[in-house]
Amino acid sequence: MADVITYRDAVAEGIAREMRRDASVVCLGEDIGAAGGVFKTTVGLHKEFGPGRVWDTPISEQAIVGAAMGAALTGMRPVAEIMFSDFLACCWDYLANEIPKVRYMTGGQVTVPLVVRTANGGGLGFGAQHSQATENWALTVPGLKIAAPATPADVIGMLAAAIRSDDPVVFFEHKALLATKGTPPPPGHLVELGRAAVVREGADVTLVALASMVPLALRAADVLSGEGIEAEVIDLRSLVPLDTATVLASLSRTSRLVTVEENPYQGGWGATVVSVVADEGFGLLDAPVRRVTGECVPLPFADALEEQVVPTVDKVVTAVRRLAAY
Amino acid sequence: MEPAGLLAAYERMAVIRRTEKAAHDLFLHGLVKGTTHLAAGQEAIAVGASAALRPDDYVFATYRGHHHALARGATPEECLAELMSRATGLCRAKGGSMHLTKAATGMLGSYAIVGSHLPMAVGAAWSARLRGTEQLAVAFFGDGATNIGAFHESLNLAAVWKLPVLFVCENNLYMEYTPIADVTAVPRPAADRAPAYGIPGEVVDGNDVVAVAEAVGRLAARARAGDGPAVLEAETYRHFGHSRADPATYRPAEEVERWLKHDPLDLARGRLAELGIGAEAVAEADERARAVVERAIEAAKAAPPPDLREALTDVWADGGAAWRT
Ligand SMILES: Cc1ncc(C[n+]2csc(CCOP(=O)(O)OP(=O)(O)O)c2C)c(N)n1
Repeated sequence: MADVITYRDAVAEGIAREMRRDASVVCLGEDIGAAGGVFKTTVGLHKEFGPGRVWDTPISEQAIVGAAMGAALTGMRPVAEIMFSDFLACCWDYLANEIPKVRYMTGGQVTVPLVVRTANGGGLGFGAQHSQATENWALTVPGLKIAAPATPADVIGMLAAAIRSDDPVVFFEHKALLATKGTPPPPGHLVELGRAAVVREGADVTLVALASMVPLALRAADVLSGEGIEAEVIDLRSLVPLDTATVLASLSRTSRLVTVEENPYQGGWGATVVSVVADEGFGLLDAPVRRVTGECVPLPFADALEEQVVPTVDKVVTAVRRLAAY
Repeated sequence: MEPAGLLAAYERMAVIRRTEKAAHDLFLHGLVKGTTHLAAGQEAIAVGASAALRPDDYVFATYRGHHHALARGATPEECLAELMSRATGLCRAKGGSMHLTKAATGMLGSYAIVGSHLPMAVGAAWSARLRGTEQLAVAFFGDGATNIGAFHESLNLAAVWKLPVLFVCENNLYMEYTPIADVTAVPRPAADRAPAYGIPGEVVDGNDVVAVAEAVGRLAARARAGDGPAVLEAETYRHFGHSRADPATYRPAEEVERWLKHDPLDLARGRLAELGIGAEAVAEADERARAVVERAIEAAKAAPPPDLREALTDVWADGGAAWRT
C-alpha cells in the first residue's frame, strides 16, 4: 500500500477491509457500482466484490435506506450510501422513525446493524441544497450513532467500528476533506466510536471540533500559538456516543472552551457539549464558553458569501482572543 | 385447502375475531390505553396468507396489525398483555397496539408510519436472496399506503432486483375517513399500479380465506422460483371504524350491511360445510377459540405492570440507552 492515502480512497479502503472479513457486508446506493460513486468513494469495490455485493439502486432514497433496514433485520450488514447528506431528508422517516426505534419499541427483539454513509458539509460551492452540514439533524434522534471522521486513518478505523456495530450508524464523510491525505493505517485498524482524540495539546484553551472543522481549528491554533496562546484541539470523531469525558478532562487543564461547528448555532452539537460542561464542569471554567458556528441561513453559492456564514480560521482566532483576555 | 387446514384456519380467524372484540371491550373498560386499529372483518387476509407461507418467511405489517401478529405466531395472551401495558406483553409494554412484533417467528414488525415498511420487506427479500435461502417477504398494507412514495419506490426496486417479495394490499375501501376512490387516480389502488412496474397485480376476495391462500400460494411459488415480486389486492372491509376514536358514521348503511353479510368467518363456515365438515367440529373450534381468548384476557389482567427500569433499556445493542461516555 502507498504511504499516503486520500480521505476519498480511505472510504473505499475501509469498506473493502470489512467486506473482505465479513461476507454479510453488502453495499447499496446510487452510482456506487462500476461508476465508483459520484465522489469516487467506492472505487474498486464493484470490481473486487462484484454486483452481488455492491448494488446500484434507482434514485429511491426511501427504498435504499428502508431496504437496508430490512436486510439488517434479517442477517446482513448493509452499507447504504445517500449521495449528499441533504438528501437524508428524502429518507428521513427511516432515520428518524423506523431504524432508531425498532429495537426499543419491540422490547429489544431486533437489532439493526447498518451504516448509512453520506457526503456532508460545504466548501465545494455546490449551493444550498448540496452543502449543508446535517450531522445535527441526526443528533436529535435517540437511537442513531453518529460518526464524522476528519482523517483518512480515522475514516478506515471508524468505518470498521461502524460496520461491525450492532447499532445503526450514520457516517458523515466530509466533502471538503475528500482530497486530503494521510498515512494509511495498518491492517485491523479500528477506532471505537465514542473516543475523541486530542489532536493538539495546549494549556490555554480547548477547541472542540468535528470533521472539516478539525483542520480549521488546528490552523487557528497555529495562528494563536504565534500570539502566545496555546490551544488544545479535540477531534470529537463521533457525536453519539459523545466523549464528554475527554472534553471535561481537557477543560480541567485549560479552563476555557470554544466549540467549532459547521452546523448553525440553533440545535448544533456544540450546544450539547456546552450544556454538559455547564452541568458537570462549571467549576472547571475560568471564562464563559464560546461557540463558533455556521449562521442560520441556507448555504450561499459564492465562495465569498459562504465565507461569511461558515466558521473560518479568523472567526475562531477572534473568539479565542476574546476569551483569553477575559 | 385441505379440510383440516381450513378448519385450523377457521379457528385461527375465530381467535383473532375474539381477541379483537376483547381489545375493544378492554378499551371501553379503561384497561387498554392510547388507541387501537382493529382488523375485525379482515382476518381472512392474515390467516389465508399465513396458511400459504413457510414458517421462516418474513412478514411486515401496519398499525392495523393485530391479525398479522396473531396469524404469525403471537399468542392472544401476549398481544392483550401488550395492549394492557403489562410486563408480559409481546414487546414488554414498549410497543403497544400499533407495534406488535414477534421477531422469533418472522413477524418483523408493525409500523405506524403509513407505507414505511414496504421497503423493509424489499430489504428482507433482498437479504434472503443474498443469503441463498428461499425465504419470502410479505408486506401487508392498506389501500391508503398506495399513494405514498415508498410504495412506488418499493415496487420498482423489488422489480428491478427481481426479489421474492409479495405486496399484499388490504383494500378496505377507506383510508382513515376518506374513501380511497376519492383520492386515487385508478380504481384498483394497488393492482392497477403493478403493471407500471412490470409486475403482476391481482385482485382477490380478501374475505375468502381459501381464495387468499390460493392466490398467495401461487404468487409465493412464483417469487421463490426467481420470477420476482407481485402485488395482491385483497378486497375487504373493517367492521369497526378506523380507530377507537371513529364511529364510522361516514359509511352508507347499505354498504355496511352488504359487507357484514360477506363476513370471512361465515364464508369459511360455508366452505367447511361444502367440504363435509360438520357443524359439530365447527362448534368445537369456536369453543376452543373462546376458551383460549378468555384465558388470555384473565392472564393479561393478572400480569404485573412493567418494571420501570425498562424505560431506559433497549435503545442500543448493549441493552442500554447511554449516548455519552
Ligand atoms: C405517513 C403517514 N401519514 C398519515 C398517517 C395517519 N394515518 C394513520 S392510518 C391512516 C389511514 C391509512 O389508510 P390505509 O392505508 O388504507 O390503511 P387502513 O387503516 O385502511 O388499514 C392515516 C392517514 C400516518 N400514520 N402516516
